[in-house]
Amino acid sequence: MASSSSTSNEFDCGEEPHVLAVDDNIIDRKLIEQILKKYNCKVTIAENGLRALEYLGIGDQKGTTENKESSTMKEIPVVIVSSENIPTRINKCIEEGAQEFMLKPIKPSDVKKLRCQMTSLNKPTNGRFCLGR
Amino acid sequence: MNVEQLKSRFKGHYDFMVAEKFLDEQFSQLQQLQDESTPDFAFEVVSLFFEDCQKIFHDLDRALEQPMVDFKTVDNNVHTLKGSSSSIGAARVTHVCIAFRSFCDEHNLEGCLRSMQELKRETALVKNQFEILFKLEQQLLAAGGSITLPVKPSPQSNDHPWFM
Repeated sequence: MASSSSTSNEFDCGEEPHVLAVDDNIIDRKLIEQILKKYNCKVTIAENGLRALEYLGIGDQKGTTENKESSTMKEIPVVIVSSENIPTRINKCIEEGAQEFMLKPIKPSDVKKLRCQMTSLNKPTNGRFCLGR
Repeated sequence: MNVEQLKSRFKGHYDFMVAEKFLDEQFSQLQQLQDESTPDFAFEVVSLFFEDCQKIFHDLDRALEQPMVDFKTVDNNVHTLKGSSSSIGAARVTHVCIAFRSFCDEHNLEGCLRSMQELKRETALVKNQFEILFKLEQQLLAAGGSITLPVKPSPQSNDHPWFM
């Protein structure tokens, strides 16, 4: 398996993708940020869904998101990351529109594959995608 | 002691930690993420883990002391610890968390209290082992050496896309 340090010239999918990584676990936030940066992704971290939506300009401070949709934001591919392998929950993720599901703990090789798959994702939006729990 | 000897001591202690299941292959993934700009990444994440443990233990102790124990709160905290311990490769801690969560599901207070003790014990043990490991790494680096731990594929990898 190739060393994780030799990455940049293999994954030239155009400009670096901007990933919004969402996790309430501080350890996992630090880990995913490091892995994404290693694979030439620009990273924004959010500690929960509300902060993520606020960053995207959809949520507000009262926490209301009803009737707030964005035609561009909904095109952003979403990857769900969970420590639990629960088929019903995974299926719900598919139904709700997630592009991919990954089990924790996340390894650099997982993001490496995802990064390669980026160009084949159905709806790439200016290199942005959302990685969340 | 020369570089080769220091390298051997470090690798030896790492192998011991893996053999005793203090660590699994996830830790080597963390080590692989280190580079010139973030040479202490593994140390920083592991330190953060132990800091976080203290906060979680405090919350768990308080939750378990209540006259009416809220097992959902206990479970949420243990779930967090399970996640972060598995992200750094602290396998024995993760193992205790899994058992702990079962006791939460059963609303088994005695089981939870036993698990709490085991959790504190295992965390203290692995903290000790990590201190030795990082000290050996420091000695190796100070002598001008370096080592990259082998990365082995793990059984629960995301090798196949789930639904892409």
